[in-house]
Amino acid sequence: MNIHEYQAKELLKDYNVPVPKGFSAHDEDGIDSAIESLDASDFIVVKAQIHAGGRGKGTFTDGFQGGVQLCDSKDKAKETALKMLGNHLVTKQTGPQGRKVQTLYFTEACTIDHEYYLAILLDRESAQTVIIASTEGGVDIESVAEKTPEKIIRVSLSQDLGLKAHHCRSIAFQLGFQGDQVKAFSKLLYGLYRLYLEKNAEMVEINPMVTDKDGSIFALDAKVSFDSNAVFKHPDIAELRDTNEEDPKEVEASEYNLNYIALEGNIACMVNGAGLAMATMDIIKSYGGEPANFLDVGGGANEEQVTAAFKIIVSDPNVKGILVNIFGGIMKCDIIARGIVAAAKNVALSVPLVVRLEGTNVEAGKAILKESGLELTPADSLAEAAEFITQKVSA
Amino acid sequence: MSILVDKDTRLVVQGITGKAGTFHTQQCVEYGTQVVAGVTPGKGGLLWENTVPICNTVKESVQEYGANVSVIYVPPPFAADSILESIEAEIPLVICITEGIPVRDMAEVRHKLNQTSVKTRLIGPNCPGIITPGQCKIGIMPGYIHKPGKVGVVSRSGTLTYEAVWQLTQNGLGQSTCIGIGGDPINGTSQKDAIQLFNEDPETEAIIMIGEIGGNAEEEACKYIKEHVTKPIAGFIAGASAPKGRTMGHAGAIISESGAGTAEAKFEAMEDAGVKIALNPSKIAETLMACYSG
Repeated sequence: MNIHEYQAKELLKDYNVPVPKGFSAHDEDGIDSAIESLDASDFIVVKAQIHAGGRGKGTFTDGFQGGVQLCDSKDKAKETALKMLGNHLVTKQTGPQGRKVQTLYFTEACTIDHEYYLAILLDRESAQTVIIASTEGGVDIESVAEKTPEKIIRVSLSQDLGLKAHHCRSIAFQLGFQGDQVKAFSKLLYGLYRLYLEKNAEMVEINPMVTDKDGSIFALDAKVSFDSNAVFKHPDIAELRDTNEEDPKEVEASEYNLNYIALEGNIACMVNGAGLAMATMDIIKSYGGEPANFLDVGGGANEEQVTAAFKIIVSDPNVKGILVNIFGGIMKCDIIARGIVAAAKNVALSVPLVVRLEGTNVEAGKAILKESGLELTPADSLAEAAEFITQKVSA
Repeated sequence: MSILVDKDTRLVVQGITGKAGTFHTQQCVEYGTQVVAGVTPGKGGLLWENTVPICNTVKESVQEYGANVSVIYVPPPFAADSILESIEAEIPLVICITEGIPVRDMAEVRHKLNQTSVKTRLIGPNCPGIITPGQCKIGIMPGYIHKPGKVGVVSRSGTLTYEAVWQLTQNGLGQSTCIGIGGDPINGTSQKDAIQLFNEDPETEAIIMIGEIGGNAEEEACKYIKEHVTKPIAGFIAGASAPKGRTMGHAGAIISESGAGTAEAKFEAMEDAGVKIALNPSKIAETLMACYSG
């Protein structure tokens, strides 16, 4: 689960990580009061809040340039903010339709002496927490790792001992900090680590972490993501979820505990199990079709969830055909069949539907579909189902 | 004819009185698995379905009923603790079916498993379980699709394993043992571990490995295969067509020193190790049969 920059900065502040003074706003009144709260003598940075990187270099769909702008007056800041609010920002991560800006963040500007990179995350291969730091911040860290791997500092922490003072000092010296900066950086890193641990973050990333002309260190931008499976332990974090940032179909799917990802194609699929769902997408592509979605109804779905899943996939206007592929294990075929029948009764199904059932209670499932009188094509194998639906859709 | 589990396996079910635990225990008992005990804290002393004794702790099931394998159907918030309980009860083999365990909890489990004093093997979590056809079924796979035989199957996916097994069975090829190692990023038994067990099992003549994009489990397995495996082996990787950018991104991508886990990287490793690659998921058995006739 991702959160906005302004939310991440609030969390950082709670953990003694220095951040520039800033305020968020969702409407014009909020914009006025946020700007009023900042010091009049400073430049103001206006930042569009969306869950995507590359905001500074992004373009709004009406041609307005830049989702992060430096303004020399409060009036200019307000004018800029009003142009951004409600507008759609397109960045390298959003796709051409962009993301609607519904929140703005206003911060005091500062002079930057140097930009660094700092992150803490769990390395899934070693199952250890890893700190990554670099003197090359403010840019794509992947390209730094690729072009100048020697500039990536990587420290693995043991499960028993965690982050110790010597780790902080060692990274501080490698980043070139001196004197009081070493202490200040250690305090910052330790705060970041506590946030990572206590809130079950998947990753905390400060890019860039900067020094100003006085040598003070602070977080200029911040990205924090959480393990969705652990959010139940932290109700305060669960509240930070912004469903405006997600595809409405994906939000609805998550309410029913379904794993749904919207895609560009026109063949909808409903499958049980993530691996089989991916393989079903693969086979649709290999027969020349394009999947409209990834949908894993999971292991123990009930009839209500299957009905919801079916409604979600048919609500996509691009869908020209549907492939249901169920290999029942924990999931029983008769439950899938009942869910499909219940959903099909509610929506006027106007596109071809091919259903492949196999596994637990398969005979009962097939019988339910047959007796329902629904217009559908049964298939005995995945290949047969994929071939049928791609031909129907391209015809 | 098998690895890890057989007709002599004595199973304890953690979470036996839950909905999933009850349904799948019934299926396993019907298949012929010896379920010697269940664990539901607070219900110790009662009987499950009037047949299987329930214990309060795993240790009790070991001491009183001689359990030597445990299977876990406990909900995600408590599942990692259930694994740790089994490890401390010195159960040699633990199979965790539960999906959705917090990754930090699994990091703790991995840390425990890595301790030299720990002898337990974990399969899963987020997996269908393990089956030695005709002898012992532990987990949620439909029993009837399997057939006793000599092909070992290891997979990161649940239902995709059934797909491959069903293809084998329909083509007359039985299986020695089928293991679902699970789709979670931090798990117990790896592709490599399972392939090593199959390679060292004299009754397994051929192997199928089913992987997914992400991580480096298949690449690690291929290193082992290249050096040690001469048995015919076929593989499939799910997700070759999946859109990129749905993973952790940023630093997540660079900390993997072995590459980004793309389908291409995995195909390359498989090619190099001599694994026959099935590009179409409905042709997994067919691909193996091109180099193994049973």
